[in-house]
Amino acid sequence: MAESSYKKRFDGRKLDETREMKAQAGIIPNANGSAMFSFGDTVAIAAVYGPKVMHPQHAQNPQKGTLRVNYDMLSFSVPERKRPGPSRRSQEISKVTQWALDPVVNLDEFPNTVVDVHIMILQANASTRCAGINAAAMALAHAGVPMHELVSSVSVGKMDKTIVADVIKEEEDYEEGEGATDIATAFTSNSEKLTLLQLDGMISGKELKEAIELAKETCKKIYEVQKKALKELKE
Amino acid sequence: MTKENREIVIPGEIVKSGEDVLPGEGTRREGKNIIAVKFGLKDEQDRLVKVIPLSGTYMPRRGNLVIGRVTDISFNGWMMDINAPYSSFLPLAECPRFFRTDDLAEYFNIEDMIACKVESVKRKGVDLTIKGKGLGKVEGGMIIMINSNKVPRVIGKEGSMVKIIKDATGCDIMVGQNGVVWIRGENIDNELFAKETIIYITEHSFVNGLTEMVQEFLNKKMGEKR
Repeated sequence: MAESSYKKRFDGRKLDETREMKAQAGIIPNANGSAMFSFGDTVAIAAVYGPKVMHPQHAQNPQKGTLRVNYDMLSFSVPERKRPGPSRRSQEISKVTQWALDPVVNLDEFPNTVVDVHIMILQANASTRCAGINAAAMALAHAGVPMHELVSSVSVGKMDKTIVADVIKEEEDYEEGEGATDIATAFTSNSEKLTLLQLDGMISGKELKEAIELAKETCKKIYEVQKKALKELKE
Repeated sequence: MTKENREIVIPGEIVKSGEDVLPGEGTRREGKNIIAVKFGLKDEQDRLVKVIPLSGTYMPRRGNLVIGRVTDISFNGWMMDINAPYSSFLPLAECPRFFRTDDLAEYFNIEDMIACKVESVKRKGVDLTIKGKGLGKVEGGMIIMINSNKVPRVIGKEGSMVKIIKDATGCDIMVGQNGVVWIRGENIDNELFAKETIIYITEHSFVNGLTEMVQEFLNKKMGEKR
């Protein structure tokens, strides 16, 4: 088997090392719960409002409350100004983020209500949806929403034949050899179940398993960061 | 109150393990372990372990005293906003005296603040009543909003904390379970003083010996005034 052409990472990190992670809860006074999470240059903030009455009324669920996620990249978050407002991409990410968080929140006690989660990307350098999920999970906990556990998310990638954790923009655009594959994953903190798996590129079954295993290990580190930030919170 | 400072727990964290402990509010059992369901403070009382929530919206319960805002007027009552996830209604039938039905705005208009009691909590909403002592429109003074999870701290054991503030500032204070506090004093300075004290309590809730701390805070502030 030929050796991989991607031996050293662009920013000098180890293969299984993430960028510097920062987390903080309670950053938005008007929200019921809020949090910030960053992977190096990727910064996401999340605000949670509710449970509150669901409007439009036809969307109410009389059996349990609904989780509604809105992901948005701010126009100054990327080098080239992004046209503000919802796009096909942001709608998709809102939906997958909602699916990633839905299994851990328990809104059985709040029928006909909605919990709104607003995720905003202040600065983007790949893995924005992962930073968004991490921030949203913390914000939901901070808002006092009943949850089974937390969710931690990370992107793993394959540059040529090398599997790495926490992909950056330069790596996403890697073209040599087999090219780049990036995989966004999210794991629950205790039961270690997958709640998000998205893949862009090509990868063999064996390598995918390896990548998911790496993601699982990395998510444990992320969980520690989230936990620390929530415990340090003083009101 | 327990002696040591209580630890913050996060959802999914093991609060305590063992077969002989009982899961209380904000926790659930998973095999041997008791797991937190909410973000809050761990509280152990004998064998019962529970989590005291630090955040979360107000959930109305029957008998709660709340202060709400009128949002709409219908032919037989008023729609109210009590900071709860459900809509609430104050029916005309729940008023202690006779009201002419041709113009209900004469009595309570939109944006008025009304102290009410939760009469019942139904699937689709909350019914309120103003039958009772001290209930009805609140006039004058100021309204402040606090986190509804801190209300028990502000009230204190059998109203002890509120009484301290009332005595020190000479203000009338009414604390709604939904986190709306109404303060009315002789002058604005006294009201602001009471407001400051209440905010001090919410910022230092769940500290041991809070009553003494508040007393000290009040004495210090009174000293500054003179």
